Amino acid sequence: MTQFLQTLFDGITVGCLYALIALGYTMVYGILKFINFAHSDVFALGAWMSITIAGWIGLGLTGQPTPPWYMGVLVLLGAMGVCGVVGFVIERVAYRPLRNAPRINVLITAIGVSLFMQNFGQLRFAFGAYPRPFPRLIDNTALFAVAGVAVRLPDLAVIGTALALMAALQFLIYRTKFGTAMRAVSFSPRNASLMGVNVDLVISFTFVVGAMLAAAAGFLYGVKYEGQAKQTADAMWVMLGLKAFVAAVVGGIGNVRGAVLGGLLIGLIEFFGVAYLSSQYRDAYVFAILILVLLLKPEGVLGRATVEKV
Amino acid sequence: MSNLLAQSRALAPTTWTVVLRALWPFLLGIAVGLFAYFYAGPELGGYHAQIARVAGINVILAVSLTVVNGFAGQFSMGHAGFMAVGGYVAAGITYYGTMRLVDPAQLSNGLFIGGLLSWTGIGQFEGPVLTWGDALFVGSCLVGGLAAAGAGYIVGLPSLRLKGDYLAIVTLGFGEIVRVLFQGTKDQIPPWQAETVRDIPWYDLMLRLGGPKGMNLLPTYTTLFWVYLFATLTLIFCYRLKVSSSGRALLAIREDEIAAQAMGVDITRYKVRAFVLSAFFAGVAGGLYAMDIGALNAGDLGFQKSFDIIIMVVLGGMGSISGAALAAIILTILPELLRSPPMVWPAGLALLIIVAAVQSARGRWRPRSLIVIAVVTAALEIGRRVAIANGINLADYRLVLYASLLITMMLARPQGLFGIHEIWEMIPRRRPQTAGADE
Repeated sequence: MTQFLQTLFDGITVGCLYALIALGYTMVYGILKFINFAHSDVFALGAWMSITIAGWIGLGLTGQPTPPWYMGVLVLLGAMGVCGVVGFVIERVAYRPLRNAPRINVLITAIGVSLFMQNFGQLRFAFGAYPRPFPRLIDNTALFAVAGVAVRLPDLAVIGTALALMAALQFLIYRTKFGTAMRAVSFSPRNASLMGVNVDLVISFTFVVGAMLAAAAGFLYGVKYEGQAKQTADAMWVMLGLKAFVAAVVGGIGNVRGAVLGGLLIGLIEFFGVAYLSSQYRDAYVFAILILVLLLKPEGVLGRATVEKV
Repeated sequence: MSNLLAQSRALAPTTWTVVLRALWPFLLGIAVGLFAYFYAGPELGGYHAQIARVAGINVILAVSLTVVNGFAGQFSMGHAGFMAVGGYVAAGITYYGTMRLVDPAQLSNGLFIGGLLSWTGIGQFEGPVLTWGDALFVGSCLVGGLAAAGAGYIVGLPSLRLKGDYLAIVTLGFGEIVRVLFQGTKDQIPPWQAETVRDIPWYDLMLRLGGPKGMNLLPTYTTLFWVYLFATLTLIFCYRLKVSSSGRALLAIREDEIAAQAMGVDITRYKVRAFVLSAFFAGVAGGLYAMDIGALNAGDLGFQKSFDIIIMVVLGGMGSISGAALAAIILTILPELLRSPPMVWPAGLALLIIVAAVQSARGRWRPRSLIVIAVVTAALEIGRRVAIANGINLADYRLVLYASLLITMMLARPQGLFGIHEIWEMIPRRRPQTAGADE
């Protein structure tokens, strides 16, 4: 029972991280209909910027007391800001000139951007080519235990921040004028522009929001898994991004609520598979679920089926 | 009447021409392979021969992916998965097969320097071309290709239900599952325990493929001969496929699936067939790859390897075999060249002149592409000189440069080098002027 609850808790925590990354994928796909493969690198950038900013302020060094909570928020906002700018630049430089090109070209460009970011991050004046420890920004001791499951502050921070950001995004999309514009562009960019929506602005903004959410996920990843941050060109980052993308597809790509649901599902499946079957096939469970979902309900759990017309 | 019969008999192909028509690809492939082995190999030397082998293997991979991505328009992102299937099967058969064939005492004495087998290692173009070991190796590559073709059949089936991005994701997932499954195999039996291999049945041996560490100490049979034999055969086969009725059916599916179906193309059959054929060659390439570097690790054959192959196909032009082959060669050599960049401007000038000549011959001037070539060449040359002047080691920046070139290429020429055409179709053909044809 304890193992079950522990797995459930871990699955939900990691699922929240997947959901945050998946939101970026699903929003870009919803509007531009292409897979932004550079998104996982924005996520990695978020983690690395968190380390760098914390280093600038002088936080999280070994032997120092854990900094107060608002310093963590400062680091989070800094990483989100940098990644937001990077997301804007990526869209402006690499994707906008290809707005009307075949999707495969945009896909290759995305892979190119991804390669660029990975290898740029390895340069000496960027982050360097060696792993670095994540700073400890939040106290790691167990707060309380529920039925044998130790609840730690980083886990609560992950879940809390993720939920707050998701609620903010929900408000942005469904309660503001800009969100209405986003939904209109997602429905049909041409008609939206006829109705006076500035499509370019909306697309740029979507990229910025997606990149900021990915940066938050990167920060939270660092908070949860202290250990080492692998170098920027490590396949681990892309794999985490891919799993988040799988989450977006499973939930129904283009659907914001679906991405959250998919993220939680993927997190749970991964952790229950590891706990009860075998840890060796960790990545296989996620992709097996993906193939199953696509074969049975290609539009995803919450997606709406579209019919391709001649 | 009898005259007519004699005439038609004269028109019918003789046995000799039929045999020649069936054999010429093989003869050409063997000729190219022998040329590569005896002439190009010694000319190149170890390091360059290694790059030449990798380039040849990449040609096979890129051209085979063209069948699915370029001809049939089914976007597959799991090509490295097929490569892994073929590579592991071939490596397993060759590795354990050698242990069974060769006297274990001999193996444990001078590991991989048997008289019977060409465990050549470094001296790739010394010693005989054909040995029994080579026969085992080529046979295992073909079996690996068949295993990969089987996997291609399984992957091809979902393509009947899924299209576009969804198919891409499913094939990506397939590649990852293959990787994880091979990483879950049992440990390899090391060469110093070769005696035990004889007591273990075949099916059990094929489960001992190294797990997460991958297979190591594989015999390096792959020579320039085998690489270029298979590369030539792949090129000929795929080109013959493109101009055949099956190929036209595939092109029709790529252009418009619904219209193709309406014209009576059996979409199901052709899509699966494209996957099977493409996977077969990828499997063979996997075998060549494993026995080239002497090691095989499923971790290296993940989505990033698939991306590399897709980049080659897209850069060459979707559906252009010669384009994919050329892009494979360029993209193999480019990162190596960027280690110590040579002068860029002669190549840029040559490219500028070629593009200008083609445009003038066609009578369609595109100043924009010429300006792009000139600007990129100038930028690269200036960058190179600045780096040399300031003592910056460009080898650190090579992958950043590679990615930048890729993005620039996609922005400047989205259709790839040759679009959907072959190289020789880019040179305009002078049409015979017939009287009044244009009026």
